[in-house]
Amino acid sequence: MKTIKNKTIEQIASWIFFAIGMITILCVLVITLYLISSGLPAIQKIGLKEFLFSSTWNSTGSDPKFGILPFILTSLYGTLGALLLAVPVGIGCAIYLSKFAPPALKRCLLMGIQVLAGIPSVVFGLVGMVVLVPWIRSMFHLSDGACLLSAMIVLAIMILPSVVNVSLNALDAVPSEYEEASIALGATKLETVRKVSFPAARSGILASIILGTGRAIGEAMAVIMVSGNVANMPNMFQSVRFLTTAISSEMSYASGLQKEALFSIALVLFVFILLTNTILSKLMKEVQSNDSH
Amino acid sequence: MMNPVLQAKGLDLWYGDHQALHSISLDIFEKTVVALIGPSGCGKSTFLKTLNRMNDLVDSVRVEGDVLYESHDIFDPILDVNDLRKEIGMVFQKPNPFPMSIYDNIAYGPRIHGIKNKRVLDQIVEQALKDAALWDEVHDRLKKSALSLSGGQQQRLCIARALAIQPKVLLMDEPTSALDPISTAKIEELIDQLKTKYTIVIVTHNMQQAMRIADQTAFFLMGELIEFNDTQELFLRPQDPRTSDYVNGRFG
Amino acid sequence: MIPIKTKEMLLIQRSAEKTKPNYRKWKDRLFQASLWGAMSVCAVLTFSLIVYVAIKAVPNINLDFLLGQPSYIEDTIGILPAILNTLYLLLGPLLFVVPLGVGAAIYLNEYCKSARLVSLIEYTSDILSGIPSIVYGLVGMLFFCQFFNLQTSILAGALTLVIMNIPTIMKTTRESLKTVPNSYREGARALGAGKWKTIHTVVLKSCRSGMITGILLTVGRILGESAALLLTAGFAQVLNPIYEGMFSSGASLSVAMYVFAKERGEFDVAFGIAGILLILTLIISVAAQILEARTKER
Repeated sequence: MKTIKNKTIEQIASWIFFAIGMITILCVLVITLYLISSGLPAIQKIGLKEFLFSSTWNSTGSDPKFGILPFILTSLYGTLGALLLAVPVGIGCAIYLSKFAPPALKRCLLMGIQVLAGIPSVVFGLVGMVVLVPWIRSMFHLSDGACLLSAMIVLAIMILPSVVNVSLNALDAVPSEYEEASIALGATKLETVRKVSFPAARSGILASIILGTGRAIGEAMAVIMVSGNVANMPNMFQSVRFLTTAISSEMSYASGLQKEALFSIALVLFVFILLTNTILSKLMKEVQSNDSH
Repeated sequence: MMNPVLQAKGLDLWYGDHQALHSISLDIFEKTVVALIGPSGCGKSTFLKTLNRMNDLVDSVRVEGDVLYESHDIFDPILDVNDLRKEIGMVFQKPNPFPMSIYDNIAYGPRIHGIKNKRVLDQIVEQALKDAALWDEVHDRLKKSALSLSGGQQQRLCIARALAIQPKVLLMDEPTSALDPISTAKIEELIDQLKTKYTIVIVTHNMQQAMRIADQTAFFLMGELIEFNDTQELFLRPQDPRTSDYVNGRFG
Repeated sequence: MIPIKTKEMLLIQRSAEKTKPNYRKWKDRLFQASLWGAMSVCAVLTFSLIVYVAIKAVPNINLDFLLGQPSYIEDTIGILPAILNTLYLLLGPLLFVVPLGVGAAIYLNEYCKSARLVSLIEYTSDILSGIPSIVYGLVGMLFFCQFFNLQTSILAGALTLVIMNIPTIMKTTRESLKTVPNSYREGARALGAGKWKTIHTVVLKSCRSGMITGILLTVGRILGESAALLLTAGFAQVLNPIYEGMFSSGASLSVAMYVFAKERGEFDVAFGIAGILLILTLIISVAAQILEARTKER
């Protein structure tokens, strides 16, 4: 009697888990299909080349223009700039914490960095608006400090914690025997880090950069607060609009082709994320297979 | 009379508040094999690691007294510790090859010390592997990962890696404790050959091993050097009752 | 009797062996100095940001601020509606996300036999967790607000959050399921426990802390979410009874902060909210660290 009951429970449990698994897959499929199907019509109407490569966005004029090149370039430059600022500092900090810092300092700074990682992006935007934007305006004698440079700096600060955290984990995982052996051979700390620790941790360090890239490309709110949000071609000291902010700034009142075009931007964003993920995960696989022989 | 290569004079060492070495004085002469024996925790490994200043990596370490390498104080701030370690190589308890190819493992040391010429590197790698009696086993797969070797081979690779920068002294910290008897025998044989070119200081917990390979043996107990003598003398006619107890297996 | 080699002789001998005597040492020092510099930049940025927000926030946080609601007519400012909305938007999604995410992870790790299906789901969920939140907002808006006709409402926002966070929970749970040694499972099965029995008596117990870490991560993400919620849950700040509240627009703390700062230029209020968000973030990260320390102890 009891075994039969147990058997039924087991059977039901396996069905439930199967169902949940399928629901998850379904969610993924629905989102992907929805993105594609709602993003394609506008691209068809506007023309792929016109949409991606023309540099004028004027969605509400009498003769509306839908060229998202400014947004694409702004997102690319913004992300690149943020990476250029954050990656050297972040990895340097991770190496210092992992290989040189006294444990108390390491614990203390890690605590702070973990809090920084959890702070909502709008808070970064707020501080950027109140502190950074006025500072940049007076520093470079601009009429308005809300520009690409401000956005880069805010993005850099936002991705810094993930760069530090993930590379630190990778560096800490390098067996200390490797480093000891290198030092016993008379290598300096620099040589040991460069030739032993760093190569052994490089897939983790790459992962930290991927994570940062993803976060920087996808960030909307903090960026909208400090970048001015005008659809210019990217310029360090001018108001600019990112792919993400293009969506959020017009969505609330868009209709018709304009709205469809916003969906297309989302599709482009999706493709961007897909591309960075795939390229970099391929890179990582290569790195790992190089390690193993 | 010959100069000692390494000479410890009244060496004290603390880990934080704990004194791990008490006034150690010991002379090590060129082209001899010196074994350091004693129960675990007696300070023999600590002493070994002081000789090429690997203990610097421990934060709380404090040293008093002198260690002279070729009559020069190794703690002298003017001396480059990396150059010291180039002259005093080290082999660890657990084989620790880098996750690179066999060739790159051996070439690592010469490269960081400035040798870039491929032909020279090839020669050094070949010579080091031959010296470590590993050449015959690996010469056709130098580009393979060092991690694909067996434990004994990995340890001989680590010895070869240490030899490739042409040290004068080789420190070995229980180099065979992680190996099987056959690999151990090979390494002991190797040590016997190396002694014609190098000075070797070896920590071992295996007294038979000390008897087989060492010219001289030092017995450590609780951070003190109890007795230091020719190996035969120390084992057959120990002067100190504690040495006698230990070598006769009464403790440890 | 022993000819002492002088320091000079030793140095000469050494530099004869080397081409560039002190080059390496200086390079090493420069390197360490620049690392120290990088670390200092990080430290200064991190702590000055936290302290700055805290200092700007303190004068604005008081009881009226916490328990009032904003009104143009009475000229009051308060964030009680935002606090309540945040609570709904936290608890509602968690109620669904946790069983779904954990269940899916269990399916993948314990039940699913096709390795290809597993890697397919892992791949897609990796992509899903990389999608920008603004894109989720767009999909949520199309799907829940328009297709299901929920309008801009807390409910639509909550459902969007569910979709957004399933991958996170699934991933963290699966990571900790993987760390459970197979011997535990074999042990339980050898005693005659069925699969489900084994899972809920042995497997889930030994990966509880991993799951809680995942939940904390999700709470943090929901607290910080703004882009997706702006499009799906809107930005109204009115006190509603729970049931009506579900179907009407409402701003969470992060969204409210954005609205106060960007649309209204009321930076004091915005910093007040930022301070509260900072405190919540602190609590979450301390909790996560305590949890991690405990797991390591075991």
